Amino acid sequence: MLDLEYAAPAPKVIAGAKHDWELVIGLEVHAQVATKAKLFSGASTLFGAEPNSNVAFVDAGMPGMLPVINEACVAQAVRTGLGLKAEINLFSAFDRKNYFYPDLPQGYQISQLYHPIVGEGEVLVELGDGTARLVRIERIHLEQDAGKSIHDMDPTMSFVDLNRTGVALMEIVSRPDIRGPEEAAAFVAKLRQIMRYLGTCDGNMQNGNLRADVNVSICRPGDYEKYQATQDFSHLGTRCEIKNMNSMRFIQAAIEVEARRQIAIIEDGGAVVQETRLYDPDKNETRSMRSKEEAHDYRYFPDPDLLPLEIEQAWVDDIAANLPELPDAKKARFIASFGLSDYDASVLTADVANAAYFEDVAKGGGDGKLAANWVINELFGRLKKDGDKGITESPIPAARLAQIVALIKAETISGKIAKDVFDIAYTQDRDPEEIVKTDGLEQVTDTGAIEAAVDEIIAANPAQVEKAKANPKLAGWFVGQVMKSTGGKANPAAVNALVAAKLGL
Amino acid sequence: MAIDTDTARRVAKLARIKVEDAALPALAQEFSAILGFIEQLNEVDVDGIEPMTSVTPQRLYRREDVVTDGNQQAAVLANAPDAREGFFAVPKVVE
Repeated sequence: MLDLEYAAPAPKVIAGAKHDWELVIGLEVHAQVATKAKLFSGASTLFGAEPNSNVAFVDAGMPGMLPVINEACVAQAVRTGLGLKAEINLFSAFDRKNYFYPDLPQGYQISQLYHPIVGEGEVLVELGDGTARLVRIERIHLEQDAGKSIHDMDPTMSFVDLNRTGVALMEIVSRPDIRGPEEAAAFVAKLRQIMRYLGTCDGNMQNGNLRADVNVSICRPGDYEKYQATQDFSHLGTRCEIKNMNSMRFIQAAIEVEARRQIAIIEDGGAVVQETRLYDPDKNETRSMRSKEEAHDYRYFPDPDLLPLEIEQAWVDDIAANLPELPDAKKARFIASFGLSDYDASVLTADVANAAYFEDVAKGGGDGKLAANWVINELFGRLKKDGDKGITESPIPAARLAQIVALIKAETISGKIAKDVFDIAYTQDRDPEEIVKTDGLEQVTDTGAIEAAVDEIIAANPAQVEKAKANPKLAGWFVGQVMKSTGGKANPAAVNALVAAKLGL
Repeated sequence: MAIDTDTARRVAKLARIKVEDAALPALAQEFSAILGFIEQLNEVDVDGIEPMTSVTPQRLYRREDVVTDGNQQAAVLANAPDAREGFFAVPKVVE
C-alpha cells in the first residue's frame, strides 16, 4: 500500500555480567469493542454508571439465561481485522474458558480459542527515527470482559460491580516480533491509533478500555534470527507474561525490569519459570501471581449455548468497502498532496480528529504547509496551554483558521498580524475576515503610504541616518520604526526595500 | 485412559465441588469409564466428515446493537448473600 521504505530498528541490547542479551516480546492487547450494548446481552456498555445497573440476567450468570450475540460486535471485530490487513474467518466459534472468580458470575468466560474470527495480519510500527518494525498479528478473537472487584471499600470484604461483565473485548495477539520496550509501547500506540480511526475501540487506557498482557523472554544475540528463519521457539528463552498493563509508561518499565530479572536468574545459573507476573509500579518490580497457578487449567470446551458464527463474504466485502482511510495511507497522502514533512504528517495524523481538522484548514486556506504550521505551532500550542484541550474543544473552528491561512497567503495580513487575529478569534469567538475588516488590519502594500512613513522617520532622525549610512546593519531600526508607525500593517518586504533605497544602502 | 483418585480430587477442586476422600475412588472410576467410552468413539473413522455443531440447521441468531436491558440493580442483587451500596459483597479476594 505504501511506497515508503523503512529499515528495521536494531533490537534492544542489555549488557549482562557475562555477555549481551536481547529481548523478545509478544503482546496480547485487550481492546473494548465500541458498541452500545454488550457482546451477548442488551445491557449498556456505558462507563461510570451506578454499580450493577448495566447488568442483564445473562451478564449476572442467572440460571437458564442464554447468550444472544450482538452483530455490531462481530462487525467491529471484522473491521479491526481488515484494518490490520488480516485474514477474516467466515467460520468462527465460541468456547468456554472455565475459572472461578467473584467478578465472573458465569464461572466461565465466553471466548474463541479454537476458531477465532480474525486470523493473521500485520502492523507497521514506526519508531520516529526513520525505522519501523513490521509486527505480525497472529489472531484476533472476541470474548467477554469480566466485572470489577474493589478491594479498598471494606477491611474484610471485596465489592463487585458487574457493569463491565459481558462487554465485548477484542483480544489482539501479536507474534513475538517486538524487540524492545519502546517498540512495545509504539505497537500499542499504533493499534490504538488504527482502532480509533476505525471507530472500533475508543482506546481509553485510563478507563481500562485498552490494556495489554506482555510476554517477555531473553535470548543471546543471533538466536532470534534462528527463530525467525525456522519459526522454532526452542531458539528463544522461556517467557513470562506480565498481566493487565494499562499505561504505555508502565509497559516499557515492566519489560525492562522483567528482562533484567531474567538475565540475573540465567547468569546465576538458574532457569526462568514460565508463569504469570504482575508489575508493581511503586516498587518497579514484577512478581509472581502464584494464587492464579491452579486456575491455569481452564478446561476449554465449545460453548453449547452458541452455534458457530458463520458470516458471509459479501457482508465482509461491504464492511471493507466502507473502511475509512487508515493512518499510514493518510500520512502518505498528506506528504504527497500537501507537501508536508514526514514529522508534521505524523503529528497531524496521530489522531483522526486532528487530521480532519488540519485537512479542512489546508483545503479552505489553500496552503498545506502554512496550514500545518498554524495547526501544529499556534493552535496545538494554544490548546495545550489552555487546559490541555482537545481539537474538538477548540474555540476556533477549522473554517476560521482556514480564513487566517487564506488571509496570509493572499498577503492581506502579515504573519505577525495574523497572530493577533488568531488571538482575537480564539478568545472572542469572531470571524478572522471580519476582525481584519472591522479592526482595519489589512497589510499596507501601497508603496505611496509606506514611502510617506519612511520619509517621515528619516526626516525626524538625522543622527540615526548618519549612523545607518556608516553601518548598514542599523537600517533594521528604521524598518522597526516604520512597522510601529503603521501598526504593524506595512508589508515587511516593501518596507525593507524602501528603507534601503532611501538611505542609499 | 485411567483417571486416578488424585486427578479426580483435582477436577472436583477446579469445579468447586466438595467430594469426600472416601467418594473419590468411585468418582475416578466413573471418569475412567466415560473416557473409555470416548476412546471407543475415537476408533470410528471420521476422515473427511464435517463435525456436526448442532442438531438443528440454524444460523446463529443475532441481536441488534440496542440497549434493551439493565437498570435493575435490586433484581440483580436480590439473591446475593450480601450486598452493600449497590455492590455484591464477597469475602476479600486480593492478589
